[in-house]
Amino acid sequence: MQLTLWTYEGPPHVGAMRIATAMTGVHYVLHAPQGDTYADLLFTMIERRDRRPPVTYTTFQARDLGGDTAELFKTAARDAVERFRPEVLLVGASCTGELIQDNPEGLTRGLDVPVIALDLPSYQRKENWGASETFYQLVRRFAAGRPLPREGRQPCCNILGPTALGFRHRDDVREIESLLGRLGVAVNVVAPLSASPADLARLGEADFNIVLYPEIADTAAQYLQKQFGQPRVKTVPIGVAATREFVAEVAALAGLSAAECERNSNLPWYSRSVDANYLTGKRVFIFGDATHAIAAARVAVKELGFELVGLGTYSREYARDVRQAAASYGLEALISDDYLDVEARIAATEPELVLGTQMERHICKRLGIPCAVISAPVHVQDFPARFSPQMGFEGANVLFDSWVHPLMMGLEEHLLAMFREDSEFAEGAAPSHLGVGAMPLTEEAPAGADVLVVEDAQWDAEAEKQLKRIPIFVRGKARRNTEAFARERGLASISLQTLYDARAHYAR
Amino acid sequence: MSAVVARPPSGCDAPPILRERGQREVFCGLTGIVWLHRRIQDAFFLVVGSRTCAHLLQSAAGVMIFAEPRFATAIIEERDLAGRADMDDELDRVVGRLLERRPDIRMLFLVGSCPSEVIKLDLSRAAARLTRQFLPQTRVLSYSGSGIETTFTQGEDACLASLVPELPGSDAKQLLVAGALPDAVEAEFAGLFAQAGVGPVRFLPPRRATELPAVGPGTTLILAQPFLTETTRLLEGRGARLVTAPFPIGAEGTTLWLQAAALAMGADAARVEAAMAPGIARAKAGVARHRPMLEGRRIFFFPDSQLEIPLARFLSRELGMELVEVGTPYLNRQHLAGEFELLPSNTQISEGQDVDRQLDRCRAAAPDLVVCGLGLANPLEAEGLATKWSIELLFSPIHGFEQAGDLAGLFTRPLRRRAVLEV
Repeated sequence: MQLTLWTYEGPPHVGAMRIATAMTGVHYVLHAPQGDTYADLLFTMIERRDRRPPVTYTTFQARDLGGDTAELFKTAARDAVERFRPEVLLVGASCTGELIQDNPEGLTRGLDVPVIALDLPSYQRKENWGASETFYQLVRRFAAGRPLPREGRQPCCNILGPTALGFRHRDDVREIESLLGRLGVAVNVVAPLSASPADLARLGEADFNIVLYPEIADTAAQYLQKQFGQPRVKTVPIGVAATREFVAEVAALAGLSAAECERNSNLPWYSRSVDANYLTGKRVFIFGDATHAIAAARVAVKELGFELVGLGTYSREYARDVRQAAASYGLEALISDDYLDVEARIAATEPELVLGTQMERHICKRLGIPCAVISAPVHVQDFPARFSPQMGFEGANVLFDSWVHPLMMGLEEHLLAMFREDSEFAEGAAPSHLGVGAMPLTEEAPAGADVLVVEDAQWDAEAEKQLKRIPIFVRGKARRNTEAFARERGLASISLQTLYDARAHYAR
Repeated sequence: MSAVVARPPSGCDAPPILRERGQREVFCGLTGIVWLHRRIQDAFFLVVGSRTCAHLLQSAAGVMIFAEPRFATAIIEERDLAGRADMDDELDRVVGRLLERRPDIRMLFLVGSCPSEVIKLDLSRAAARLTRQFLPQTRVLSYSGSGIETTFTQGEDACLASLVPELPGSDAKQLLVAGALPDAVEAEFAGLFAQAGVGPVRFLPPRRATELPAVGPGTTLILAQPFLTETTRLLEGRGARLVTAPFPIGAEGTTLWLQAAALAMGADAARVEAAMAPGIARAKAGVARHRPMLEGRRIFFFPDSQLEIPLARFLSRELGMELVEVGTPYLNRQHLAGEFELLPSNTQISEGQDVDRQLDRCRAAAPDLVVCGLGLANPLEAEGLATKWSIELLFSPIHGFEQAGDLAGLFTRPLRRRAVLEV
């Protein structure tokens, strides 16, 4: 058993729902009790979809368990086919349905529609795996076709991976399609988002595949590579440098020159402009799905000049990639889907900014640390009305804005540090552009952390006063460093001199 | 799937009921944790279930960002099912970790789920074992919020029912109000009863797990919520005497409810009237402001919280709305008897659900307002129907005189908004 306050991923059948909901002509019959229908609101409320997900739940009850739940499933499947007339029927079970072992596949024999039985083990796997497996099964069933001769036509590709409820998938697809258009590459099929089973049958006509979200589409792309000989673009275009590499990779596969598409991002200039100097060495902690976490680390360090103090993921399937990325920054990756572990690591590393998910937003609210969201799981405010991609050159602009915005602006930070005792700069003042409602910062250490231990040296009044002048987000570290410094030297009390000495010591 | 028109529950003018079985688009009983954990301030709710349960809770509670909620899920994993881990040991370990982190918790509910019920995990035995281990610091109770046994608000019923055996016994005369109410409403009722000379009055659930009300032969029980079937049965078993009345929603419902409770407690009728008079006047004035926008408009209820019947009665009698269909997941005929008497005799009530058929009926009827769950609201809005999220009716204070105007306002807001928008 795993104690869970918040979960990063839903169960695997929710992953299957993300594929079914993204596509057209697909209906999913799920053997599940009432209550599991909550999943509909993920799509209708969080993503504001204007249609119900194409899912029929059998909603069996306790009184059905002694009777015939199999018959219930048969009826639900038959009714769904009759009412919705899908091109393909997905059938499967949620966690409880799995326990009653009714064999949905066998129960749909004789239906006048292609059926794909999904075997998604709820007690072992999670949402992204379920989405990946479902997309793979659909691709395996329907993918066909072969490229036309290259003479006299544009090179063309498929874009794979965008789903319903994906973090900025809608906007990423639009940005990447436009980038490919400027390069002179045609898009054959985008899938699963907006694709029908008939569209999947044309996947083989493309020259190559672009995998935007490996967690969702890498398995399917590997299959297509093996089956149809389609190479796949592996670079995920998040950040300026990665987008340039992506363009080069696409151009090489398409046999085109990449030079035509040098419509660049504002990020490099914004990052070099003097106002951005204050971003230098900001301590940032990054957590998310593997793809977004790895990409964010690169942008944070190489394009914004932050210092990376933590990198982790809940995507265990991609743990190796994240470990490797973390090692390249001299860090040990945090591979965990335990919210409490992540909270403890954030508290311990004392970042000035966290780039994470909706869950890290909870953590940061509690710890008083600025936070920006870079990865699913996300909430309703992360589906903005405006065009706001994460990928491509426009995506890089969005990253600059949304990561820098939660921080104190350059000049403001200096003024706060210089005039800490000004009555209007109340203790723990939050960035002024975030308004009066912004969460005030506190030095409050996380539960369990011992701030002042009895045997430690005592602070004298003058040193304590000076400590209070240190910006709040680094004060905890200054306090601990100074106390460690005093302890090593066997000092009974900490004076202003000790504070300065410790600072000089650790600055080396 | 199947639909039958049942005979009227009682009397000749009671409404016909359409019973349906099919896909039910409703929450399971676990969802009650979202408000119960705020109500009982030193209680913690540990669901023993699957990743789906954890995901449901955070999605249902997702609109509220808490620094740390007082609920969590012990997720059953493959190794638990395969018998490679002993479930009792695992549960002990998880509870130990939890209570170590939250020493402020005085009452821990182990909440059963669909998977725990299907594998027949005995949580009551686990609760007894853990109580022995953690008393006097923490008492451990159990109930089931599983979707195969409970629908949405029935989770609160199951939770309160699990408290009943823990209540101390007492023969003293008292009024016990059952059903979780927001602070403001509880204060209003306590004040009204005090002015009417009714007392002592206790509420279930209490604010703190350490302040459980007593129960016994001197207890007069009145329900503030229509979904407390099992809790009522157990309280009656402890000697409490149930007073039935319409539920305290709207000016009329609140008046009848307070009167019934007060008179059963032997209060002086004139004093009760005097205590209620200012509240009634304010409630009527508050409701009257909204009547022009709702009068003659047609409303359709999808089943959700079991509050549908009292709400429909309020909208029909105090706001002049026409009831197209009143869907409810489950009808307790005894508790709702007073409500049925006030409903128009031709009201179409439906119990249970086949969501696709009900959507067909709703579209065909083209009502002016649809009350439905979060899964249906945006799709219906996109089809041009105005909707009111039913969950807001549970998360807002709606009972009592002082809330009557605001309650009416919850129904006019979607219509006012449509009237204002030019895009």
